[in-house]
Amino acid sequence: MAMAIRDFLVLLLFLLCAHFSFSLYEDQVGLMDWHQQYIGKVKHAVFHTQKTGRKRVLVSTEENVLASLDLRHGEIFWRHALGTNDVIDGLDIALGKYVITLSSDGSILRAWNLPDGQMVWESFLPGSKASKSILNVPKNLKTDRDDLILVFGNGCLHAVSSIDGETLWKKDFAGESIDVQHLILSPHDDIIYVAGFSGSSEFFVYQFRAKNGDLLKHNDAALPCGTSGELLSVSNDMLVILDDIRSKIVTINIGNGDINHNQKYISELIEDSSGQPAILPSKLPGMFALNLDSHIILLKLTNEGELAVVDKINSVAAISDALSISEGRHAFAFVQHGDNKVHLYVKDVNANDLNGDFLKENIVIDDQRGFIEKIFINNYVRTDRSYGFRALMVMEDHSLVLVQQGETVWSREDGLAAVVDVTASELPVEKEGVSVAKVEQNLFEWLKGHMLKLKGTLMIASPEDIAAIQAMRLRSSEKSKMTRDHNGFRKLLIVLTRAGKIFALHTGDGHVVWSVLLRNLRKSEACEHPVGINIYQWQVPHHHALDENPSVLVVGRCGSNLTASAVISFIDAYTGMELNAWNLPHTIAQVIQLPYTDSKEQRLHLIIDADKKAHLHPRTPEAIEILRHGFSNVYWYSVEVDNGIIRGHALKSNCIGEVVDEYCFVFRDLWSVVFPSESEKIIATVTRKSNEVVHTQAKVMADQDVMYKYISSNLLFVANVAPKARGEIGTATPEEAWLVVYIIDTVTGRILHRMTHQGCQGPVHAVFSENWVVYHYFNLRAHRYEMSVVEVYDQSRADNKDVWKLILGKHNLTSPVSSYSRPEVIAKSQSYFFTHSVKAMEVTSTVKGITSQQLLIGTIGDQVLALDKRYLDPRRTVNPSQAEKEEGIIPLTDSLPIISQSYITHSLKVEGLRRIITVPAKLESTSLVFAYGVDLFFTRIAPSRTYDSLTEDFNYALLLITIVALVAAIFVTWVLSERKELQDKWR
Amino acid sequence: MHSKRLLFALFLQLFYSIFSSSFAQATGSAEGYPISGRVKIPSLGTKEFGLPGKVSNVKVILNGGQRVTFLRPDGYFSFHNVTAGTHLIEVAAIGYFFSPVRVDVSARNPGKIHAALTENRRGLSEFVLEPLREEVYYEIREPFSIMSIVKSPMGLMMGFMLLVVFVMPKLMENMDPEEMRRAQEEMRNQGVPSLASFLPGASSSSS
Repeated sequence: MAMAIRDFLVLLLFLLCAHFSFSLYEDQVGLMDWHQQYIGKVKHAVFHTQKTGRKRVLVSTEENVLASLDLRHGEIFWRHALGTNDVIDGLDIALGKYVITLSSDGSILRAWNLPDGQMVWESFLPGSKASKSILNVPKNLKTDRDDLILVFGNGCLHAVSSIDGETLWKKDFAGESIDVQHLILSPHDDIIYVAGFSGSSEFFVYQFRAKNGDLLKHNDAALPCGTSGELLSVSNDMLVILDDIRSKIVTINIGNGDINHNQKYISELIEDSSGQPAILPSKLPGMFALNLDSHIILLKLTNEGELAVVDKINSVAAISDALSISEGRHAFAFVQHGDNKVHLYVKDVNANDLNGDFLKENIVIDDQRGFIEKIFINNYVRTDRSYGFRALMVMEDHSLVLVQQGETVWSREDGLAAVVDVTASELPVEKEGVSVAKVEQNLFEWLKGHMLKLKGTLMIASPEDIAAIQAMRLRSSEKSKMTRDHNGFRKLLIVLTRAGKIFALHTGDGHVVWSVLLRNLRKSEACEHPVGINIYQWQVPHHHALDENPSVLVVGRCGSNLTASAVISFIDAYTGMELNAWNLPHTIAQVIQLPYTDSKEQRLHLIIDADKKAHLHPRTPEAIEILRHGFSNVYWYSVEVDNGIIRGHALKSNCIGEVVDEYCFVFRDLWSVVFPSESEKIIATVTRKSNEVVHTQAKVMADQDVMYKYISSNLLFVANVAPKARGEIGTATPEEAWLVVYIIDTVTGRILHRMTHQGCQGPVHAVFSENWVVYHYFNLRAHRYEMSVVEVYDQSRADNKDVWKLILGKHNLTSPVSSYSRPEVIAKSQSYFFTHSVKAMEVTSTVKGITSQQLLIGTIGDQVLALDKRYLDPRRTVNPSQAEKEEGIIPLTDSLPIISQSYITHSLKVEGLRRIITVPAKLESTSLVFAYGVDLFFTRIAPSRTYDSLTEDFNYALLLITIVALVAAIFVTWVLSERKELQDKWR
Repeated sequence: MHSKRLLFALFLQLFYSIFSSSFAQATGSAEGYPISGRVKIPSLGTKEFGLPGKVSNVKVILNGGQRVTFLRPDGYFSFHNVTAGTHLIEVAAIGYFFSPVRVDVSARNPGKIHAALTENRRGLSEFVLEPLREEVYYEIREPFSIMSIVKSPMGLMMGFMLLVVFVMPKLMENMDPEEMRRAQEEMRNQGVPSLASFLPGASSSSS
């Protein structure tokens, strides 16, 4: 009997698991996932509005994205993310149909088809010397054959045909020790001027014939003083630059083939000229802008070389390049920040004074966007034949705003393309008496919806019905509600971006609930280049202190190096209010979340600085008291990648110094692991997630044997490679490459496991969960990627199988797990081939850890693949026995399968994927997944299917019909039986 | 196995050196060599090889992201200035599964390139990459069938009910009437509530 039950259970289990992969029907897209496309902070923008039809703006961004945006709505027509080393330096339009980009320090020139973004040609421009890269697409410079594109890069001047990208001629400047700064085209006589410096005061000009690259003339002149900053061309033959002490403006005239220079003290032009002047790179014909002590001074340069101050403008945020609006007329724009408003001015360059405005508008822009950093303008002709202007503004938070007629036409939150860190937060609990009436009111609608669904199931729905069903499912207001739900699917994702802005995204549909530009992550005098580093859950009220809102801690530093001082902020997760913000006097190396919370459920954090001191937060006496209790149980480790050392630390005592600071502690080194620097370099370290839950420690084998997982939250996985094989694939041979992996206990420094993979190299991506590590690396011998799994088992508990011992209490299961007990462990390992390069790896996490796990692998194609952990099981064999099969062991294959239905991103791409995070939902079967890069993607997955809830497409109508039919049948049979009974009695 | 592959590679080398039908031009650059090839994607619907509309979204990736390039309208791509050594090229295209390609750029015969698919260890005589298979990201909805209704929990419930309604009386009939009566009496004594007593108004009608 028992056997039969077991068999039945196994069969049931098998039926449940028969479907390994996560899978989705096409009509389920968008039900529980959302995808948002971004581009990043715009560097260059070129408008394309000449032709009737689609008006667009082409942009290149700091995320190396080239995109064509719809000027009406800000949507993306097409987009390409270039490689991370392929930084775009120049962007322009050629022939009215090609977008030209210059990237990789001026060595790769590409042309893209304007309507659809198809790459038309690509040319590689070789050169030998690093130099400034300049792209110049002349508007009407024709050679015999076609239009030219002039490129200066890597010390060479190239003239490239814009039709096919072929280099027509090339001049090499690498031999001369000169630093080319400008390419100037004389529009009338097809002459190219190449201007630059040799040293800081030797100025030279080369003249070339554009048609064939003949050198016409070569001039040089010594300037009377050194120069600093960038050379700016004011007109076709006039250039300006500042001298080396920034007190004079040097104007250089290169007309007529001669070099004439002139200089003028800034103090002669402007009375109050304190501060550091700098020439702004805005190209304004006949004019240039000088930034002096937060003022902008516009200076006009006459043909005679005379300088004259045109205007002095206060507190200018940004100034645009000049825009040619008609023959000989140019306009430019600048913006000023007023109180609550932005003042946009568009002015005529050619007017003698700048009183004649083309446009003066006041625009209201959300002050959470910060300052305007860049502005690009474009004009259009209004119906009354006057000029209208639209301005594209890049804001401090990296968002993009299009302004027209005094109003914001559209805005894009492109700060979300550069997410630094994410954490999840709960939504508020639903208040009583809000939703009941709503449900009753919608009962009819609800039934109608389910009738439609039933029709869909029975395949009798008309196409309109199907469309209605789909719309109904997508529009479901349930998923974007602002309250907590029973299943824990609705949460807030608190996202920190590189711009120092925090967004709260709703997991239901991805809309921004609130956003805040952090005050102490904005550029200020005290903090020149602030960067946000991490975001932590600070306060998660659930047991007591329920009336408090949850809050998050944001940690940053003033500058990218470790010696910069730290800044921290506390933010209310419901409202986005900045509760507190501090500029800390010390630096920040590490933040440790301690496993203690105070009475207000604020988690204790230790901030470790570079001077080997630990600072406790929150700074309350209660926190110190709590820490005192667990003082001797606080352990952490630090990794010194450069020296190849891993150290373990523990707290020692309070800091000793002049100022008594009871929140400051010194710590001692407990242990250190020093890797031999000549043979090993650390490339990856991974630990378990601190909030991970493990349901069961024991694992029952097929042969009724029990193995105990070695579960310790203080385990660290370290991957080291040979120093020669640190580079990319193709730089090392298999003989000189090896990968060594370690599992180290971070309390004692004990090495639990060490393994060497000969002929393998990085990059290594790894995940650590429960008692196992999975890591991905490259095998040079097979020239394929591999994934390995290591599982650690506790041998000291292995003899606990005896039932009698368990009954008599002679087992050691209740003995505390301690790193100091040095239990005997064994590690099992297995390796498999994996097809793709990997960008990120993560494992699903569920609330109680019962559900089997899936690995989430971000592949090189920017997709996320869900792979069942059972494929990475060291106990897989080629021919598993019947018992092992029943247990769910998959026969061993040399490579891991890639089942296309198990891509959780289905046919979408998370462009520039960087990281995947998982958050457990309240429902045990389900895990929430958020993947980010340039794009954002969110979905929820159930690795073993949703065994604990009905699926989305469960048909309630069918259930109702069944119940009604059953009740009807009961009545009918009852009536029948009554009648029959009566007849029987009469007989 | 290993030696076999080595032999195969040697053979290919020999093959190339004899017929010199190498597909890469050697432009004796001091630092590196160009790798160029072609991606062919069978257009949907038609059998012949062409280029579908979405070729613009295909990326070709060298060494796991070191360099990224795009396809030209005719499907050609190239990497410039690649050092001699063994490299890996991957093609990222939504909807298709491409095998990564092992590319050996020879230092001895400058610019000579040998390519092989890593998935099935097939050498390429021409550097033309074709998808191994098309990827289908969605489950196909099975058309409506009576079996799916029957297999669903509701269907099973109905089935069971029908079974009880039609088969049970048959079973009862086969029982010995004596035994039947005894059983019924026993039931009555135990006071097992009949269905009738549950229903509203049943008590009045039955009494």
